[in-house]
Amino acid sequence: MIDQVPLTHILFLSTALFFIGAYGFLTRRNMITMLMSVELILNSVNINLVAFNRYLHPDIDGVIFTLFIITIAAAEAAVAIAIIISLYRKINSIDPEQADELKF
Amino acid sequence: MSAYQIWFYIIASMILGGALLAVTARKIFRAAIALLVSLIGIAALYYWMHYEFIAAVQTIVYVGGIVVLIIFSIFLTHNPGHTIEEPVNIREAFAFTGCFAGFAFVFSLLNRYSFEQTGDALNHTMQVADVGRALLSTGSGSYLLPFEAVSLLLLAAMVGCIVIAIKIRTK
Repeated sequence: MIDQVPLTHILFLSTALFFIGAYGFLTRRNMITMLMSVELILNSVNINLVAFNRYLHPDIDGVIFTLFIITIAAAEAAVAIAIIISLYRKINSIDPEQADELKF
Repeated sequence: MSAYQIWFYIIASMILGGALLAVTARKIFRAAIALLVSLIGIAALYYWMHYEFIAAVQTIVYVGGIVVLIIFSIFLTHNPGHTIEEPVNIREAFAFTGCFAGFAFVFSLLNRYSFEQTGDALNHTMQVADVGRALLSTGSGSYLLPFEAVSLLLLAAMVGCIVIAIKIRTK
């Protein structure tokens, strides 16, 4: 059964995924890959919610939260990519350090 | 080791290996494919936890939607075979140290805390009808208001995307 794997192992997995995403977000110099790192971070949170729901909570609240997070993440990715495309048209690059139009 | 445990560690290595490749690969398209592997692994993890509905949603929205969107935008903004710039060395060192320290801290916290099993959560099975009932009813344990708020948010995001990315033709 599923309880042969303790809950902490799943939490270790999601912690590792979160910090891998954070590392990618801090080191990448490309907006699309930074967006991919953000997706990894959001997914680690989803794993946490689903795992706690499976192991500790005999109801489906965690699953509903996960559904909402997946929806918000989809909207966020779409808006981010619209911004990236529009920025690429303006400055012909998606390096976040080149995007300094609002500086003065 | 039972089959359940073996499957868990296979899925975990798939998720973490894909994620590591996605944040370190120097070719952007390879990074996107590694992200795809990682997201499929997460769907497999949900399936492993007997949440088949969430696994299906994860596959459809992330694998079928977001990754395809990311690959589209890669093709719109890069030449094929484009190599990403190396990260700045000092920044990479600081990021690695910070992330490793954070991971070690959370790891030690989780190691010290033992989660007490409450009730019979492991025997609880989720029906898809329960999800529908929770999303579309009022009262305690139901989520009608957030559901409607999210649908408004999706509409706003859709209109916002069009407004941001539309090309205004000037005469």
